[in-house]
Amino acid sequence: MAGNAAGNVAGGASGGGAQLAIEARGLVKRFDGFTAVDGVDLAVPEGAVYGILGPNGAGKTTTLRMLLGIIDPDAGYRRVLGAERPHDVAHAIGYLPEERGLYPAMKASEAIAFVGALRGLPLKEGRRRARELLEAHGLGYAADRQIRQLSKGMAQQVQILGTLVHRPRLAVFDEPFSGLDALNQGKLEKMMRGLAEQGTTVIFSTHVIAHAERLCDDIAIIAGGKVPFAGPVDLARDRIPAQVRLETRSGDGPWRAALPAGARRDGKADGGAFWHFPLPGTGVEPLLRALIEGEAGILSLSIERAGLHDAFVAIAGEAAARALEEDRPEEPRR
Amino acid sequence: MNDKIRAGRLSVLAAAWVVARRDFVAILFSRTFFFFLLGPLFPVIIGVLAGSVGESAQRTAENPQVGVVMLGQDADAVVHARDTLADRLGNGLPDFVVVKRLRPGEAYDPAAALAGRQATIAAILSGSPGAPVLTGPGEQIHAWSGAVSMVAAQAVAGPLGPWPEVTFRTTATSNANEHAGRLKTAQSAQMLLFLLTMMLAGMVLSNLVEEKGNKIIEVLAAAIPMEAVFFGKLFAMLGVSLVGIAAWGGVGGALYLAAGSAVPHLTSPAVGWPMLAMLGVIYFSMAYLLLGSVFLSIGSMATTVREVQTLSMPVTMMQLMVFFLASYAMTQPDSAVEIFAVLFPFSSPFAMLARAAQDPALLPHLAAVLGEAVCVLLLVRTGSRLFRTRVMKSGPVRRQEKARRT
Repeated sequence: MAGNAAGNVAGGASGGGAQLAIEARGLVKRFDGFTAVDGVDLAVPEGAVYGILGPNGAGKTTTLRMLLGIIDPDAGYRRVLGAERPHDVAHAIGYLPEERGLYPAMKASEAIAFVGALRGLPLKEGRRRARELLEAHGLGYAADRQIRQLSKGMAQQVQILGTLVHRPRLAVFDEPFSGLDALNQGKLEKMMRGLAEQGTTVIFSTHVIAHAERLCDDIAIIAGGKVPFAGPVDLARDRIPAQVRLETRSGDGPWRAALPAGARRDGKADGGAFWHFPLPGTGVEPLLRALIEGEAGILSLSIERAGLHDAFVAIAGEAAARALEEDRPEEPRR
Repeated sequence: MNDKIRAGRLSVLAAAWVVARRDFVAILFSRTFFFFLLGPLFPVIIGVLAGSVGESAQRTAENPQVGVVMLGQDADAVVHARDTLADRLGNGLPDFVVVKRLRPGEAYDPAAALAGRQATIAAILSGSPGAPVLTGPGEQIHAWSGAVSMVAAQAVAGPLGPWPEVTFRTTATSNANEHAGRLKTAQSAQMLLFLLTMMLAGMVLSNLVEEKGNKIIEVLAAAIPMEAVFFGKLFAMLGVSLVGIAAWGGVGGALYLAAGSAVPHLTSPAVGWPMLAMLGVIYFSMAYLLLGSVFLSIGSMATTVREVQTLSMPVTMMQLMVFFLASYAMTQPDSAVEIFAVLFPFSSPFAMLARAAQDPALLPHLAAVLGEAVCVLLLVRTGSRLFRTRVMKSGPVRRQEKARRT
């Protein structure tokens, strides 16, 4: 199934034969007899914003670590920016790990330059760019402050800038929104969109559906180490038929036979009713005709497309969805 | 925004340089380095305290003695004169012991007698109180010339009498003495090497644990090979330690110049002092790199300080045993034990440094250093591989298992 999903991406709406920044097939990773990642397939088009969505412990970080070459898969194949060994293209990759880390005694600008130096950016140039980036993101005043003197959120922003200082072609963020307040989450979303507009492929993991829904062209849903879906967000939402919400003046009548068998009825005090049912495969027009002819008295009718959350439930199952819900305290309130 | 495609990555050497440069600067300007510089003071203070406690016992047990070989009445007069003066001067005089009361006309060879005597007799006073002859190692007998002359004068005419001139007969240091001296030099070099190595390996370990606490390790692991991280850390600490050693060397040298002859005398090593110093630095580097790479592997796998302590304790004990092995091997040159100590990577630097103090051959040192360097490479590779395969796991496994079951 995962393989098909990956195929969808490559040939799908956003893929469209586009070059792939990341291609992975059948990635497997076991730790002490426990299979953390079990046959993951991914195809991330160049220039896309790609989300890996799943609850904590689903295998997101392990998958990213394999893609980055931090650990090697026990089985499977990966190609990152055209290289089979991710370390061979390390200079073109930026990575923000889930567990944030900087040297507490280092100045903010030095910390950014150091991360750049690890990716081949000369230290002098790194220092210059670090100051530019800090200024551009409203943190210029903190350039000469030690990391230990910054707030947790500011330190995290410094690390994000360190991830980007060498101007990578592929930016990988592991749970980038955790630890950020709503304002900074918004800024980060904007930054990620900006990166994609400039041609950088952005891949991030999250357990917050709203981020994926707002940002991503494509997603991979990961649960229990497997990827039951990978492809465009719209394709995921299309897995669930749209829901019809109908309000009728009449509560009953021969016209009811036109409603789908599973239609749910909520009675109204004035004798009318609300009806909820999935959009029939034949569309809404035949239904409307039958209701009008049967004099049901249509007061309102709306068709609601399924959200990504409903799609996630349908694809990954209730258990994974519950786990996802339990892990979502960081979702911004807007 | 993107630069031209810059595929590739830093070489292990270049990446190690990036890590080493940061670590070196960070450690050099940290409190850790300040305490590291103070480190040797503690053994010195303990040594001084222990020395002063044992001083009085040592004075009676091992105070060098002057053996007196004269005609019976002259010998008694000299010993009596020494005791009389000692009552007034305290401990400033060496002990005088009658070795032989000569009969008139009896011949005696003080140098031969000195070689066969017990170790505490450092010189022989012969001749007569009016014309004393002092036989012994040059440095020793010249240091005692005033005391002997004063005692002889006391024996002849009391404290106001003229001090007779002392005739010196210098004996060459025997092979046995030279060997014993070099053994002492080797022991001192080994001890110094061991203390430095343990101190630094501990520092590199705590440095890595701190790094894991900072969570920066994953940023490093994603960007550069783990070998480079390990090498960078090892060489940064080595650089720091060499700065420390240079500082200690400067202070030590100044103290030596100030203290002059009060500093204990060590016999010149077989390869000479400059070469021993150079080999000392090389073997120190090797011993540190070997032990440091093991400690780094341990540090990379441990997640808490307690785990580090638990894991490093056996290694520390093993290193202590290795040190004892090298110390013992030093006293058994060319034996199977010594050859094993030379070949076994962890004891090799200690055993070879001891060898340098006792054996002038230089070629074996080249072979030993090469062998030790290969071991360092292997250890670092193994450590970094262990780190990648055993440490970089993620996710709450219990949670994952639970999710699977549901």
